[in-house]
Amino acid sequence: MRLEARGAISPAMAIAAPFAAIAFTLAVAALFVAWAGAPVGRTYALIFEGGFGSRFAWSETLTRATPLILTGLAAAIAFRARLYNIGAEGQLYAGALAAVAVGGLHGGIGADLPPAWLFAALLGSAALAGALLMALPAIAKTRFGVDEVVTTLLLNFVVLLFVSMMLDGPMKDPAAMGWPQSVTLDDELLLGKLVDRTRVHSGLLIAMGLAVIAWAALRMTTFGFEVRAVGANPRAARFAGVPVTRTILLVGLASGAAAGLAGAIEVAGRTGYVTLDMSPGYGYTGIVIAMLAGLNPLGVIAAAVFVAGVLVGADSMSRAVAVPTYIADVIVAVALIAMLVATLSARYRLRLR
Amino acid sequence: MTDRLLALTGITKRFGSLVANDAISLELSRGEVLALLGENGAGKSTLVSILFGHYVADAGTIEILGRALPPGDPAAALAAGIGMVHQHSTLADNLSVLDNVMLGTEPLWWPRSRRREARGRLLGTARRFGLAVDPDARVASLSVGERQRVEILKALYRDARVLILDEPTAVLTPQESEALFATLRGMVAEGLSVIFISHKLGEVLRVSDRIAVLRAGRLVATLPARGTSTSALAEAMVGRAIAPPVARPHARGDVVCVIDRVSTRGVRASARLDAVSLALHAGEITAIAGVAGNGQAALVELLCGLRAADAGTVTLAGRPMAADPRAWIAAGAARIPEDRRETGTIGDLPVWENAIAERYRRPFASGGIVRRSAARSFAAKLVDRYDVRGGGIDTPVRALSGGNMQKLIIGRALSGGAARPDQYAPTLVVASQPTWGLDAGAVAWVHQRMLDACARGAAVLLVSEDLDEIFALADRIAVLHAGRLTPARPAKAWTLAGLGLAMAGAGTRDAA
Repeated sequence: MRLEARGAISPAMAIAAPFAAIAFTLAVAALFVAWAGAPVGRTYALIFEGGFGSRFAWSETLTRATPLILTGLAAAIAFRARLYNIGAEGQLYAGALAAVAVGGLHGGIGADLPPAWLFAALLGSAALAGALLMALPAIAKTRFGVDEVVTTLLLNFVVLLFVSMMLDGPMKDPAAMGWPQSVTLDDELLLGKLVDRTRVHSGLLIAMGLAVIAWAALRMTTFGFEVRAVGANPRAARFAGVPVTRTILLVGLASGAAAGLAGAIEVAGRTGYVTLDMSPGYGYTGIVIAMLAGLNPLGVIAAAVFVAGVLVGADSMSRAVAVPTYIADVIVAVALIAMLVATLSARYRLRLR
Repeated sequence: MTDRLLALTGITKRFGSLVANDAISLELSRGEVLALLGENGAGKSTLVSILFGHYVADAGTIEILGRALPPGDPAAALAAGIGMVHQHSTLADNLSVLDNVMLGTEPLWWPRSRRREARGRLLGTARRFGLAVDPDARVASLSVGERQRVEILKALYRDARVLILDEPTAVLTPQESEALFATLRGMVAEGLSVIFISHKLGEVLRVSDRIAVLRAGRLVATLPARGTSTSALAEAMVGRAIAPPVARPHARGDVVCVIDRVSTRGVRASARLDAVSLALHAGEITAIAGVAGNGQAALVELLCGLRAADAGTVTLAGRPMAADPRAWIAAGAARIPEDRRETGTIGDLPVWENAIAERYRRPFASGGIVRRSAARSFAAKLVDRYDVRGGGIDTPVRALSGGNMQKLIIGRALSGGAARPDQYAPTLVVASQPTWGLDAGAVAWVHQRMLDACARGAAVLLVSEDLDEIFALADRIAVLHAGRLTPARPAKAWTLAGLGLAMAGAGTRDAA
């Protein structure tokens, strides 16, 4: 039994693969729903309705999709260069903390700046915080060959403990009745709502704009070529004159910056302050989204909306039937595995001898 | 027929749409050397893999001594007396010769090893066939030729009646090849049969009794070696007459590239150079001969801008060069790497992006944006002029055949990103094993491109293990052994025997 590479992948197969993966995922999740004793059809209908069935459902899904697009982008562009950034979760918190430090601390930096400038500084510092956090693993990888999967993953815990320290110490909100919660952003720095009486905010437009920019950059720029070349074959890329180390460092910085922005936009658009549970694993879910999207930045938008819909839909479903919301995690996790298998089988054919 | 040992009948094997073996029937007699001759991809390896049980044929049967051999069972093939010596060593480096020979011959659950008996038997076999070995030597310390001898002994130790040798001379010096042929003749005299796989015509005629010629999966001819000429074999192998490349008159020009007492360190022998000096002249082809793994990789990486010299200097057109591929490309080096799949091309990217990969910044981008239409039209012209077949400019390079990949790499290197051939001429061409694995037509094509580049004033460095290729192209030849380089002497001053001695280390040792 072995895998044989297919010559060229037909476009039809490249498009069919993710749909086949999602169909397989729903079939597997159906087993668990049935096991929980709930009607399968009704459960799925409720998930769909809760995620996409109404104006309110759409607004909640898009609100949830906003940070997911950014963490999905963070994973997609880094993975394109085969830099496996698993640290988007930590980079997101670093970005959120930096945003509050610039825009919320009393007498904070740049308090005299006009709000537009201050907002730019807020986004910039969040991006910088995420990028710097990713610079460390990227340098360790290129200089010493340290596996970035290990370093980025472990840095997540380091950052979470650091955030915990800050929330109980220097950045603690004195008005929070003892809750570990940061000070809030100044009101003029909060993002506007896109639709009245919903939580959808203009951060969605920023995230989607960045996805389009990332797509165009990968496709049209010399840097995009370098990223794709390094990811596809670093040896041949180096031979052809691509600065491999520099490319990995730069793509690492871009990836960290995207995850850092996710944190800042979540703070400015939704919560207004940082708590230790502001991200229910957006960084990790971003990896799944990137894989579902086939590492295509435009696909990340679609995949983020799909995953957000499942997460939001599962919340409202579990209130109606006795299936725990964890079914959403099952769906997302199985979707990742199914997508990996689908991608593999689009590229390779299984041969029994 | 009483002396018929092995019979293959109607062997057919398909890989997808490719018919690797098409109804091949062959017989092998006791005490016979049968050569399987064919170009790369003709189906030789597939056929012996079926014989040895690595693959299962789609149709056809194998009989050994009148009994059917079960398909797809290497253990049964071994038990039936089929021994295989692979092209690349399959020995365990960190074990002794005796351990390697015994490996797999003893039941794993039996606590006691019969080393003493095995040792006696190994020495007996070695004596009988004249294959001197030290049973206690660690395999890692042996030369390539010695390892091959161990592989042969390993097969003989298991009472092989048929020995299959897959391109055995590819890693040997001419003298080592000669010793191997003598061993084979001794084995045949003892009643063994040999299947000898090769694409080298001369050695096939010298060593074999009968020659089976494969072309595109079919058995096209079975000829007795006696009374057959190399030209008849070549025509049977290729299916048509090949026009030999034409050398245009070229005059030796100024020195273009100087390697001055360069040393490199490395863990593996192929990465080590020891005070190598060489001057490359415009309009001259300098060939580096040598057995694989003697420092060729380091030398080529040095001249491709991939490796820095630990001592000594390299200059190109008068300027000292660092380990930076981009600087070498900008200085006019046309580089043709040995591994076209792993180094030369980026398989997942389309042909057009590979065609501009060395020049994606200049001239095919401005302001950081790739000039897509200019790049694509250049790629289309390149594909057309260098006859790259097997897809358009949007096909991933992975889908091309090795020969077409090589055409793309050579076209990219020699055209320098210029749309018209008269707009660019490389100053230096570095070609490492440029024709390895190509069919005869493509080989002639590659040779012609190198001769043309030379005639247009490039200094050409050819690193090759194929001595026929070296003698056909080179103006001067130097030999690399254990990281040391002999002085480059005119090709006419070398004899085959002298070259063989130098490849075994004679010349470089004297120089040291």
